[in-house]
Amino acid sequence: MYTFNFEPVLAGFDKLLIGALVTVQLSCAAMVIGLIVSILCAAGKTSRVAPLRWVIDAYIEIIRNTPFLVQIFFIFFGLPALGIRLSPNSAALVALVVNFGAYGTEIIRAGIESIQKGQIEAGTALGLSKLKIFRYIIMKPALRTVYPALTSQFIYLMLTSSVVSAISADDLAAAGNDLQSATFASFEVYIVITAMYLVMSIGFSAVFSMIEKVAFRYPLSR
Amino acid sequence: MLIRPFGWNEFLIIVMAAQWTIALSAIAFAGGGVGGLLIALARVSDARWPRLLATGFIRIFQGTPLLMQLFLVFFGMNILGFAINPWIAAAVALTLHASAFLGEIWRGCIEAIPPGQREAATALGLRYVNRMRYIILPQASRIAVAPTVGFLVQLIKGTSLAAIIGFTELTRQGQIINNATFSPFMVFGTVAAVYFVLCWPLSLLARRMEVKFSRSTTR
Repeated sequence: MYTFNFEPVLAGFDKLLIGALVTVQLSCAAMVIGLIVSILCAAGKTSRVAPLRWVIDAYIEIIRNTPFLVQIFFIFFGLPALGIRLSPNSAALVALVVNFGAYGTEIIRAGIESIQKGQIEAGTALGLSKLKIFRYIIMKPALRTVYPALTSQFIYLMLTSSVVSAISADDLAAAGNDLQSATFASFEVYIVITAMYLVMSIGFSAVFSMIEKVAFRYPLSR
Repeated sequence: MLIRPFGWNEFLIIVMAAQWTIALSAIAFAGGGVGGLLIALARVSDARWPRLLATGFIRIFQGTPLLMQLFLVFFGMNILGFAINPWIAAAVALTLHASAFLGEIWRGCIEAIPPGQREAATALGLRYVNRMRYIILPQASRIAVAPTVGFLVQLIKGTSLAAIIGFTELTRQGQIINNATFSPFMVFGTVAAVYFVLCWPLSLLARRMEVKFSRSTTR
């Protein structure tokens, strides 16, 4: 009969907490930068320059049809061949941004497509500049429409970020790997870490629904 | 040091490893199909306990990383007294993972059927099993095809994580070849290309079915 031994996990719990903090930082940074990438790519997809649209389409299809693990291996091990050498943590951030950017672009594009043409025409008639039309008439309501999809994509990003432990970044899963190889209490370590991820994803969805209530309080008019 | 160049042979070894990726995906998809149907049915059941259990199962598997699920099954097998076997651990973990995701997808499809259908079936005297079998599921399965194919892409990509627990599929084979040839750019480029060839047609198919379906249902 196996006896569970959680003592070594509790002894190393401070290291796990630091790892969890890195996971949160990494995911939040990737989300903010990835969101900017998504908005730029989604705007680029409405461009009249065909090659720009093709490049963005190729980027989205390649990222969405290959595993994140292979993407991070390619960035961390493959790019040094081109002279781009990244530390594990920066490679992790770049990989997460590139990955989130592809999914985010599709989500934001769907939001942009939900804006009726008449709205944009009304903006033009009011003499708003192109940038103002994009910002106030297209992006603001589009972001509201796709907010639920974006937040669940973010939680998915946070869970996916555990894969960066494969290149020994300093995230929660990697902290778990270190603790596991030091204590050999494998199952105990990973059950605690899994619970920590669960708490983080529940926490983030609570925070997101609070943000939704505050940020999108203004009434929806049709 | 014995470093061999990345040539035609290495390329073929990587391409051949895709069979293990396909096998693992097929097993997880079949197992997840059965599990997912049970989860979806429990999730919409009239009884309270199956509903709560299914909801908890889905929440846990959708709220934790697939990598941790793999580790827990891998090390958990040891605790239960089985010999550690990456093949079985990966198949079991991915099956559970697929069950949760397919269960949630299919629940949505079942709930998308207008309540009048269910009420009419009940009025005709059909109980839960017959109501599901003859009225609800045939209609829900039409809606379910596109998102299910979409999930299959996610599952194929997910099998790459089995490499981390040491199951030699496509990604692991890439790592092994990379250790021998030390040309990561070529190796992981090839690995990514093989995944792309597997996943892209399915993504296109899912998208096409989605468009076709939304056209046939909009009036």
